[in-house]
Amino acid sequence: MSEAVAPASFPSTHLSPTDVPRFWRTYIFSLDHKMIGKQFLVLSFAMLICGGLLALLMRWELAWPETPLPVIGASQQFIDSGEPHTAMDKIWQAWLAQDDNEQNWLARNMPTGAVTPAFYNSLFTMHATIMIFFVVTPFLVGGFGNFLIPLMIGAGDMAFPFLNMLSFWLTVPAAALVLYSFFVPGGAAAGGWTMYATLSVKAQYSGVEWGVNLWILSLLLLSVASLMGAINYITTIINLRAPGMWWFRLPLTIWALFITAILLLLALPVLTAALLLLWFDRTLGTGFFLPEGGGEPLLWQHLFWFFGHPEVYILVLPAMGLTSDILSTFSRKPIFGYHAMVLSMMSLAFLSWVVWGHHMFQSGMNPALGTAFMMTTLVIAVPSAIKTFNWLGTLWGGSIQLTSPMLFALGFVSNFVIGGLSGIYMASTPVDIYIHDTYFIVAHFHYVVAGIIFGMFAGLYYWFPKMFGCLLDEALGKVHFFLTYLFFNTTFFPMHFLGVAGHMRRIYNPTEYEFLQPMQGWNQFITYSAFCLFLAQLPLCVNLTWSLWRGRKATANPWHANTLEWSVASPPPHGNFVATPTVYRGPYEYSSPLVTEDWLPQDRALSPTDVSGR
Amino acid sequence: MLRWLPEDVSPYGAGIDALFHLIYTLTAVVFLGVTTVMLIFLVRYRARDGRRAVYTHGNTRVEILWTIIPAAIFIWLGLLSKSQWETIRMTMPQTATTISITAKQFNWEILYPGPDGQFGTSDDKQVDNEIYVPVGQPIRVILRSKDVIHSLFLPNLRFKQDAVPGREIQVWFQANKPGKYEVPCAELCGFGHSGMKGWLYALSTEDYRQWQREQWPQTAELSIDAKPSTTEGAVWKAQAQLIFAWPKDDGAGTAQ
Repeated sequence: MSEAVAPASFPSTHLSPTDVPRFWRTYIFSLDHKMIGKQFLVLSFAMLICGGLLALLMRWELAWPETPLPVIGASQQFIDSGEPHTAMDKIWQAWLAQDDNEQNWLARNMPTGAVTPAFYNSLFTMHATIMIFFVVTPFLVGGFGNFLIPLMIGAGDMAFPFLNMLSFWLTVPAAALVLYSFFVPGGAAAGGWTMYATLSVKAQYSGVEWGVNLWILSLLLLSVASLMGAINYITTIINLRAPGMWWFRLPLTIWALFITAILLLLALPVLTAALLLLWFDRTLGTGFFLPEGGGEPLLWQHLFWFFGHPEVYILVLPAMGLTSDILSTFSRKPIFGYHAMVLSMMSLAFLSWVVWGHHMFQSGMNPALGTAFMMTTLVIAVPSAIKTFNWLGTLWGGSIQLTSPMLFALGFVSNFVIGGLSGIYMASTPVDIYIHDTYFIVAHFHYVVAGIIFGMFAGLYYWFPKMFGCLLDEALGKVHFFLTYLFFNTTFFPMHFLGVAGHMRRIYNPTEYEFLQPMQGWNQFITYSAFCLFLAQLPLCVNLTWSLWRGRKATANPWHANTLEWSVASPPPHGNFVATPTVYRGPYEYSSPLVTEDWLPQDRALSPTDVSGR
Repeated sequence: MLRWLPEDVSPYGAGIDALFHLIYTLTAVVFLGVTTVMLIFLVRYRARDGRRAVYTHGNTRVEILWTIIPAAIFIWLGLLSKSQWETIRMTMPQTATTISITAKQFNWEILYPGPDGQFGTSDDKQVDNEIYVPVGQPIRVILRSKDVIHSLFLPNLRFKQDAVPGREIQVWFQANKPGKYEVPCAELCGFGHSGMKGWLYALSTEDYRQWQREQWPQTAELSIDAKPSTTEGAVWKAQAQLIFAWPKDDGAGTAQ
């Protein structure tokens, strides 16, 4: 077992107001894993708001197609007659009277305040890109990964602090590029986040020129940044574990992040290669994905999904890991089947490499291959089922405390059950013929991927006291949970109904189709729910602001948890541990008969008096 | 939820819908079971003064049980799906009618071979977005795309197939009830994707002949007379031939 980095090697961070360079080193170009983790959290939180707003614009369009937005949109009389009636009408009239080249951004993308079809395509493309690459991964892997790995394994920092800082500061320009692409001529990428060739290859097909190029550049930067993070995580977990922190004494959060980092390390090069080929096709005139250049459009799909399916587990595994930790803590009970949990995560990671073809059942791929991918896909459902049952097993016989992190963790489990079960429909090749590319799949992946937000919030409520040294308000946290849970389900569950009716995804105006007419009411219901879901985040914003400003100070271990991060002060000092901790047991010794309390920290040496009573 | 499925008029759609119903029942039972158990646990095992949680790390027997049971169900579902998939996608029934559908931004170009049954001859007829077919007969479709990937979707026929540029994909469908059915594009194909749609007109034998006479008035005798129609699935199954097969050793000893 390797030694943790000695805390003495870290400079002190006491900040004096006059020390400007030190401000930059502490808050901006910090090498401290805790600060970098917080930076990732702030970045992904900002991107979450952007991605959410894009979704609301889409929902408006789907519920009331080609209708101007409220407040900023022009009036119907103005659209019908051309005569301005309101103050906004006059502004729109002036904007729209300009030449195409001189028109402002709003007038080009939302003339009179209504979304255009081209802009709608950009909206869903960028919504997915932002949510997948710039929210979930930076929040869970960048944020919690950075903050928790050294603390939970008993190390002073990451193995490569400089690489860690570089990883964050490459993610920032990547995020800036992807947002900036909205404002270049032709607008942001509009080929869907899957960017299927040949639509993505030629500007004349999608109408987007530099938007796609910037999208490629941004993801290339991000994938380099994530690679740096992955190498760092793997090295740190292998080398810097405290004495006694054996592999099977690691908290499941760390196991999940370790497996995720391996997936990132192996999957990202495939994405990078595919992106470069697309870049060559677009700018150098090669034809890797163009039939007229001797290429093959399906090659892009194979490459993209060979990366894309492991990516799904990159997104969901960290949430599974921290959910396991939180369920165990608040059930005051050891996790049920620790080894099965680790093994099922390993098998999910392994199987995620051999299921990519289930995205391509209707693509023209040999149907015999479809059968093979259906079988592997059904097999991957088994470890998911094991995890769910083990979570239930953890609750059984517990002493359950329904705190806000616990509620969000239970919400994650509940959504994961729905998302997992709805996946079985798509796995069955004949059923997939009908529901492929419909809202059924939109419902499915939102239950899995958007459901991760419950894991993110669970982690935020759980570790916030450790990160910032102050407690969040429990009552507000519960209000936030119940509203989010309610509106999440009223937003995403009815999408199954749309899918059953055959409602295609990525369509701009569902009222153009006769067979979808009866379902338009559901589209409006979903839109109302989505707006409520957005507003339901207000209690969280209030809670975070209030707590950081006036919150009660947190003790070192407010939840009475066992893992090492709770053995140091909240927030932990630079270098984390005063002396390298020694680990004596696994992370889930709750309600152990050896002690009178119902928790037994990993680093606590037991003396004979502790066991006297029992 | 299942009442929203559009009316099915295809020979194999009943099988797909039955599989859908089966998965629906299974998942509903599992979902309700898991949710009920979770809620019961949350109430039954809520924290109370003086009660300590059970100290256990798991139970191997239970864990093996809840690994094997789902695995068995999934394999069974896989085998059920496999046989249906093979009849729908890996076999081509004997067809009297072949049409060519070429997708482009943002239309379906339907090419009919005309009385001689051959493409590339002077009696070919092209119509945009209108597919006329005789009812009760399998129709062979040669699916192509001129620019980007599109997807031919016939909700009422439980049919969907991507059209890929550079490829010629042979598929088939059959409408067992006369009527007019919507044909949307299901794969994002550009800014005009929404609204890219056509109509399938499934015509009775008499109406179909009438339509043929209108299209090709000079032709006295129509060579593409409709075969005896059937609404039973058995006929197309019996006449079907395998169009995709697992690679077999041809006996020549070569690996390829």
